[in-house]
Amino acid sequence: MDEIHLGELHLGDIDTVQLLTPEGSRLSDARYDAWVADVGDEQLLALYEDMVVIRRIDTEATALQRQGELGLWPPLLGQEAAQVGSGRALRRDDFVFSSYRENGVAYCRGADLTDLVRVWRGTTASGWDPYAINMATPQVIIGAQTLHATGYAIGVQNDGSDAVAVAYFGDGATSEGDVNEALIFAATYSAPVIFFCQNNQWAISEPVKLQAQRPVAERAPGFGIPSVRVDGNDVLAVMAVTRLALDRARGGGGPTFIEAVTYRMGPHTTADDPTRYRDASEVETWRAKDPIARLAAYLSERGLLTDERSEAVSAKADAVAAELRAGCIALPDPEPMAVFDHVYSTAHTGISRQRDHYSRYLRTFVGDDTTPSAALDQHDTLHQQDRKAS
Amino acid sequence: MTTLTMAKAINAGLRRSLASDDKVVLMGEDIGKLGGVYRVTDGLQSEFGERRVMDTPLAESGILGTAVGLAYRGFRPVCEIQFDGFIYPAFDQIVSQVARMHYRTRGAVKMPITIRVPFAGGIGAAEHHSDSPEAYFAHAAGLRVVSVADPQDAYTMIQQAIACDDPVLYFEPKRRYHVKGEVDELTPLDDARPMGTAKIVTSGSDVTLVAYGPLVQTAKDAAVAASDEGVSIEVIDLRSLAPVDFDTVVASVRKTGRLVVAHEAAQSGGLGAEVSASITERCFYYLEHAPVRVTGHDIPYPPAKLEQYHVPDLDRILDGVDRVMDRPNSLTGVED
Ligand SMILES: Cc1ncc(C[n+]2csc(CCOP(=O)(O)OP(=O)(O)O)c2C)c(N)n1
Repeated sequence: MDEIHLGELHLGDIDTVQLLTPEGSRLSDARYDAWVADVGDEQLLALYEDMVVIRRIDTEATALQRQGELGLWPPLLGQEAAQVGSGRALRRDDFVFSSYRENGVAYCRGADLTDLVRVWRGTTASGWDPYAINMATPQVIIGAQTLHATGYAIGVQNDGSDAVAVAYFGDGATSEGDVNEALIFAATYSAPVIFFCQNNQWAISEPVKLQAQRPVAERAPGFGIPSVRVDGNDVLAVMAVTRLALDRARGGGGPTFIEAVTYRMGPHTTADDPTRYRDASEVETWRAKDPIARLAAYLSERGLLTDERSEAVSAKADAVAAELRAGCIALPDPEPMAVFDHVYSTAHTGISRQRDHYSRYLRTFVGDDTTPSAALDQHDTLHQQDRKAS
Repeated sequence: MTTLTMAKAINAGLRRSLASDDKVVLMGEDIGKLGGVYRVTDGLQSEFGERRVMDTPLAESGILGTAVGLAYRGFRPVCEIQFDGFIYPAFDQIVSQVARMHYRTRGAVKMPITIRVPFAGGIGAAEHHSDSPEAYFAHAAGLRVVSVADPQDAYTMIQQAIACDDPVLYFEPKRRYHVKGEVDELTPLDDARPMGTAKIVTSGSDVTLVAYGPLVQTAKDAAVAASDEGVSIEVIDLRSLAPVDFDTVVASVRKTGRLVVAHEAAQSGGLGAEVSASITERCFYYLEHAPVRVTGHDIPYPPAKLEQYHVPDLDRILDGVDRVMDRPNSLTGVED
């Protein structure tokens, strides 16, 4: 980062790490090459496959929404490299706290495909068990997860482990108090946490200029947290900076802030109409920087992405999409009494009473085939157990 | 009279307020170019400019906190909170600052801030997009809380809220945004029904049924269904949740002797508890049956496929009516 010259009221620019140009040429970079020196041909092809599969998951889920199978879907189209490059850099025991858009990261963590759509289909309030894949359930409240990640990291520290917590959030989130508070806590306790901001240029209709007058990455140093700005559409560069940040955290170096400069090519969610607020020409400019196309160009140039290999990747993507679709459509509607499940972990007399009253109410419809009486019988059994427990 | 949806009626009301008082400023996330995620502020920024209709950074505490400063400076901010569940980051500014500023400054500083909140469910949304947080605010002294149920009230009450020198939480039932109704845009604001009053929307003689916001229509439907069974329901749209216009409810209950309160928010500590308790205090000797609440369960708003089992519908309201009428109902024979 350049000096800030107060005399001339000049603010310097921060440079952006890039290892693969949009045309697919490999740049050498003395600071970061070492961090991806071990990434061989097969691993590059694997990263390519991940990105293609994730894009296919995204397209399929968008289609499922359009067909009425999902209530909503937040597409990540264009952000595959930011998610795969960082997601694949993590260790199994690292822990991710994300927003709703990190389906690519969830895929890298090993989330079950059906789990990606449960919430959006409206059958459950969460998809996966966070401890099964070391990833918290996605956060809707903007920025809240950055504090959760920081707290988790403080816990990791207390436990003497060298795992790292990673918080994913958007450029808009950096305006929230929570994110700024997370930066303060992380710096104060030198917590092993990575703040991974995917600056996709937009917060619904609001351009990043409305949230930040300076590159987002410049904010963290003021909190005492080193930061780096990376080309978020360059999977290799993202992996390199994430590995560096992980290494710092594992070695006791504390938090790092990463700004991955990327672009949300689709709508904010399937409910959004981006033509109301942004120009088609802007989208075209970014399409030329497509993260998948650039890795494909690099791999093809080197003779690695053969037709055969390409077909294998497409076949895998198709298979994953088919599995996602089948899993989604097969999701059963929950039983009415499920509304009362898991409000508390121990018996709560207030809920028990409401649950009892509501099941009596539903029973007034038994006979009328809209009410599943088997579910009510099962509920009554549970309720008896609950009564005994309390 | 014009026919407008509720969303368009609020838009028209906001336009009038912006046009008639240049101290009125709108602020919120996505309210400018996009016109709000529900398009309630559509076209207002192009008409009044970016200083009157401000797209703000994504920070709810920031929106309310800067509104406090604007109000100090004599402006009348109208803040949009994009969805009910996103008001909590602003809760501190609302209850610690906005609500008590007038009291704290012994009347020297006014906080004519209107906080617009699309609220409640029924649209199959994701979590945090269907909350009914009105009771938190009704509990905080210094705030006025209203909820609108039809385009006419939406149109007048937004202007009344903006004109009011106290802070007003203005709750918009989002599942009714696109329902049309007649709107009289000509009657002067001073002649319109005052903001703090309730309204009898269906008259009846057997049961008083109190509702507000999204459930007013359900309550009206229940009254129609009940009349087929020979029960006459008087439906009151509360409109104002803080203060509650108890006089209107009391007069009705003294006539009917029975009270049912319906709302979508969770039951415990909700508006239903407040109305039932106050009416019991004032109408004990008139009551033929204890007041009954028909509400959402005491649970976080459930996922979309379960909301039909949470939001009170016509049948659940009628079951509550049967209870106060001592007719067979789901709790018949239950001693509890
Ligand atoms: C506290 C809060 N306020 C508002 C919203 C509504 N909302 C959902 S996503 C969004 C934009 C987020 O933008 P950004 O942080 O840049 O992330 P992106 O969606 O671009 O990934 C808004 C305003 C919310 N979910 N939570």
